[in-house]
Amino acid sequence: MNLVDSTQVNSTLLSSETASSERTLYPYVTGTSVIGIKYKDGILMAADMGASYGSTLRYKSVERLKPVGKHSLLGASGEISDFQEILRYLDELILYDNMWDDGNSLGPKEVHNYLTRVMYNRRNKFNPLWNSLILGGIKNGQKYLGMVSMIGVHFEDNHVATGFGNHLARPILRDEWNENLSFEDGVKLLEKCMRVLLYRDRSAVNKIQIAKITEEGFTTYPPYALKTFWNFSAFENPTVGAEGSW
Amino acid sequence: MTKQQANWSPYDNNGGSCVAIAGADYCVIAADTRMSTGYNILTRDYSKICKLADKCVMASSGFQADVRALQKVLAARHLIYQHQHNKQMSCPAMGQLLSNTLYYKRFFPYYSFNVLGGLDNEGKGCVFTYDAVGSYERVGYSSQGSGSTLIMPFLDNQLKSPSPLLLPAQDAVTPLSESEAIDLVKTCFASATERDIYTGDKLEIVILNADGIRREYMELRKD
Amino acid sequence: MSKVAVDVPPKGGFSFDLCRRNAMLSEKGLRPSSFLKTGTTIVGLIFQDGVILGADTRATEGPIVADKNCEKIHYMAPNIYCCGAGTAADTEAVTDMVSSQLQLHRYHTSRESRVVTALTLLKSHLFSYQGHVQAALVLGGVDVTGPHLHTIYPHGSTDTLPFATMGSGSLAAMSVFESKYREGLTRDEGINLVTEAICAGIFNDLGSGSNVDVCVITKGHKDYLRNHQSPNPRTYVSSKGYSFPKKTEVLVTKITPLKEVVEVTEGGDAMEE
Repeated sequence: MNLVDSTQVNSTLLSSETASSERTLYPYVTGTSVIGIKYKDGILMAADMGASYGSTLRYKSVERLKPVGKHSLLGASGEISDFQEILRYLDELILYDNMWDDGNSLGPKEVHNYLTRVMYNRRNKFNPLWNSLILGGIKNGQKYLGMVSMIGVHFEDNHVATGFGNHLARPILRDEWNENLSFEDGVKLLEKCMRVLLYRDRSAVNKIQIAKITEEGFTTYPPYALKTFWNFSAFENPTVGAEGSW
Repeated sequence: MTKQQANWSPYDNNGGSCVAIAGADYCVIAADTRMSTGYNILTRDYSKICKLADKCVMASSGFQADVRALQKVLAARHLIYQHQHNKQMSCPAMGQLLSNTLYYKRFFPYYSFNVLGGLDNEGKGCVFTYDAVGSYERVGYSSQGSGSTLIMPFLDNQLKSPSPLLLPAQDAVTPLSESEAIDLVKTCFASATERDIYTGDKLEIVILNADGIRREYMELRKD
Repeated sequence: MSKVAVDVPPKGGFSFDLCRRNAMLSEKGLRPSSFLKTGTTIVGLIFQDGVILGADTRATEGPIVADKNCEKIHYMAPNIYCCGAGTAADTEAVTDMVSSQLQLHRYHTSRESRVVTALTLLKSHLFSYQGHVQAALVLGGVDVTGPHLHTIYPHGSTDTLPFATMGSGSLAAMSVFESKYREGLTRDEGINLVTEAICAGIFNDLGSGSNVDVCVITKGHKDYLRNHQSPNPRTYVSSKGYSFPKKTEVLVTKITPLKEVVEVTEGGDAMEE
């Protein structure tokens, strides 16, 4: 009798918890870190192009840096499908804004605020969009760079990073970033961060993309690979270093 | 596929400490500007202090997304109040509104720890202190957030206010002068930063008095 | 049960007497108290004439800083030092135990200890406790076979590396090493790089903080640079200072003097009870 009861309880629990509701309880296909910095003329962002299915590297050519409207640039890590959903929301947002045809357009600050509310609203419904987003842009000479997390935590800074980037890239950025970085120096700084991530983040791949947004508009550069170095003598035959042990 | 995230949580703790001290004709509200998650610093320069009305300022720590939502709700309610009454809300009124707003979400609370400081209708300093679900009290001074366990005993020792049980009711405001109160706040935060890992980077102090509103900043340890 | 099993004197090591009781209690729903985890940044690297180890000096108990200037670089042998991260008691106990075994081994053999010996003793001990001895170590030293640097994880696995980091600040410190380390660093370059890596941990990881300790080990010589850098002074001291005048009020004072004479009563009746 007890057994029957408990199975019934279980089945109702199951049906109410999973079958009748659709929500992201854990991500499927995920992208890893994105990094963004302010530089002299605008915003620079970098991300690799890998997307993982669990710990399998499933896709190797996924673009995670996208333009939003005329003034903004969006970078995303986390669930790729949720990111694409967000891009649809933003397309609609920008379209409806254009339809006013009043010569006004949404700047990065407005888009960031919109994303913040979307993310927080979804967490309130216990149905989060499984992403960390970086939103950068420039409008009327005003540079803007901010981020939003899965549960709606958001802030602005001169440099931001998601996921592993928070642990590995931001220490470098805090040391080396400055307001008047030229484009070349900015790219060098981003490459330095991406290389560290490549070495130390298992889901990173050596195919990175860099995008910038300036007063002139959005540019993305063709993907390329970073130079790496694996020839430390200690790496060549590690057992030599601990001969006599196992 | 293996489940990577064990359990999704709608809450986070972004740390930080807040202090408010009321005086006879001023009020000092202070908070650090560090925003963190776990052992990570998200940013070193995030203001936890929000001006709600001309003579009413709130400092909040806890979960930043909830804090921001709370600030937006209060700003919207205050705008409606201004349209209806053609005046700024008083600090005690805002105190009650904040309590109601927090209690409204009793069963999915705003994870925010607030102190509200300002000047009442007589121009006297007032401080209201809250828990996350809206229980509140008017006091002479208060501290909230990650460093409150370190700061509160020090404030108690320095400014022990008269018991609220005394009759006739005693004034809760502190006997310090404005500059002494600012000095005390700076000491509180310098000390809390020594021992609380979530407090640091920079201190933001807001001072309200008859002249208006003023801001001061002081560097804190960044480790 | 045989009587012999009960009467055998303890041989040393950990006592597991309470494990079954704890298992029973947790089965009944008692949540065991969580251990204190200590945030740390510890690093090490190999330079042209030896090894440099580095550590921060913050010890934490949850969100509270328990010690602002503790020592995390432990002595193993005159030519070997070891940085410890994890539960402070475990890192200290395990390094002290191995250090004493190395001393005895030196008495026995009249030879300088080797880093592999320390490594093997540490990993065997840690492996036998399956990660319950929470010590994550960076072991460095110079012996007859040259400079060596190893990391040892709490479960007993080890690594041999040209540069290593451990603790909650390991990623921040690693970001410095991965972008700046090269082979054949000079002594000064090495010390600077270690200091920079520890500082990355101190400033970017909340579990690490305060000062930088450095230990440089070369052939036949070591320099323990305690508080090599102190980049975190207090930011504000009130000009007038503070007093804490409100002492606890004394309500009653009563002094009972000690009895100076001890009375000895004759007879053994009292003992019989």
